[in-house]
Amino acid sequence: MRRMNGRQKTALLFGAAVIFLVLVTIAGQVLSEAAMATDFSRKDRPPCPEYLFGTDWMGRDMFVRTLTGLSMSIRIGLLAAGVSSLLALFLGIVSATMGRAVDSLVTWVIDLVMGIPHILLLILISYACGKGFKGVVIGVSLTHWTSLARLIRGEVLQLKEASYIKAAGKLGLSPWQIAWKHMVPHLFPQFLVGLILLFPHAILHEASITFLGFGLSPEQPAVGVILSESMQYLAMGKWWLALFPGLLLVLTVALFDVAGESLRKLLDPGSAHV
Amino acid sequence: MILEAKHISFRYGTDSRQILNDFSLKLTCEERVGLIAPSGSGKTTFCKILAGYEKPDEGEVLLDGRPLSEYKGYCPVQMIWQHPEQVVNPRLCMKEVLAEGDHLEQRIAEGLGIETDWLNRYPAELSGGELQRFCIARALGERTRFVLADEISTMLDLITQSQIWSFLIQEVEKRGIGLLAVSHSTPLLKQVCTRVEDLE
Repeated sequence: MRRMNGRQKTALLFGAAVIFLVLVTIAGQVLSEAAMATDFSRKDRPPCPEYLFGTDWMGRDMFVRTLTGLSMSIRIGLLAAGVSSLLALFLGIVSATMGRAVDSLVTWVIDLVMGIPHILLLILISYACGKGFKGVVIGVSLTHWTSLARLIRGEVLQLKEASYIKAAGKLGLSPWQIAWKHMVPHLFPQFLVGLILLFPHAILHEASITFLGFGLSPEQPAVGVILSESMQYLAMGKWWLALFPGLLLVLTVALFDVAGESLRKLLDPGSAHV
Repeated sequence: MILEAKHISFRYGTDSRQILNDFSLKLTCEERVGLIAPSGSGKTTFCKILAGYEKPDEGEVLLDGRPLSEYKGYCPVQMIWQHPEQVVNPRLCMKEVLAEGDHLEQRIAEGLGIETDWLNRYPAELSGGELQRFCIARALGERTRFVLADEISTMLDLITQSQIWSFLIQEVEKRGIGLLAVSHSTPLLKQVCTRVEDLE
């Protein structure tokens, strides 16, 4: 078989990561009924061929429950990261192009949000918005846009001063043509990679505030709920309740990271020949 | 057409050194003027002012008696920069860079020795000299009336230098484009230009 070049390998890696994440999301949606089903005749089973991740104290299939939880996490992550990065794109561009007063206002807000410990702000916003799915999404969206906004602001400021942008103006291109032809190719990869790298943050923070009890409600099969409940049973030797969901959460987060990194490599001409 | 710089004074910021002090220059479409001065004496700055990239603190730049800033859209005064890698967008391939020029004729790219194979590459995949040919080509669009060549051949070997200069001279003579050539090298300017001025 012909050996693949680095670019094809990267594309394959990206494809595999995306397919896995999509499959988990769909499977979790389809199995959400099964994840709630309790059956006391099969409670507290350790992992076996029939129940890959074992069952919990109410006889719920942990494999199905984990998949549903991850699916929920991915959907929350997708929504929160999407809202967050659009906010970042908008505020970053506005900050760089609308003059000094707007710029100092936006940078002040960025500093303010960054200055408060992340998890604290997240808990406050989520709690104020009534917790649950809505609270978590709003909380994560409003706390995660800052670093991407700062990045995009810097990028636009730098681009505005670049000689090739000024030269394009002298060659008769209108501001819109310059924005579209010269700026978007620089901003789009930053934006897309920023968006994808926000997922792991969003998912982990969703899991952590749910674990702390300020996120999703206990009956929803979210990863954070699964992990916090299983803590109580860990001391009783039921190791599988925390181990497998935890591992799968780590895997999901790592895969998002892989997808983001490989996309960055594919989009950057500097690594066109890796 | 006549390009005229009248009593130009300029400094970067407010408390830095005075770079240009009451400097005037006039050139016509038929002329090739050489501008000579040592390093750091404001040659590039003067070109930037003349091409409209910078506004002078005092004085004005006139093209046929009208301020250059009144010409909207394509600027009839095009500058070719010393460092071509700064004036091409690293994320556009060379085909698109060339397409930004104003109705470029095929023979310009050919005359400068641009190979078709280069068109599908990104700027980082070309050498400085190869990139400079694209910048020269791009500046020679249909509506160009004056070309400011700021140390355009310093990174080239002698054979390529003479190749590029002879094409450029031929092209500006044929189309009646005025040329301002800036360099440290007196022999080069004497060879290329009809008249040599000192910036000091």
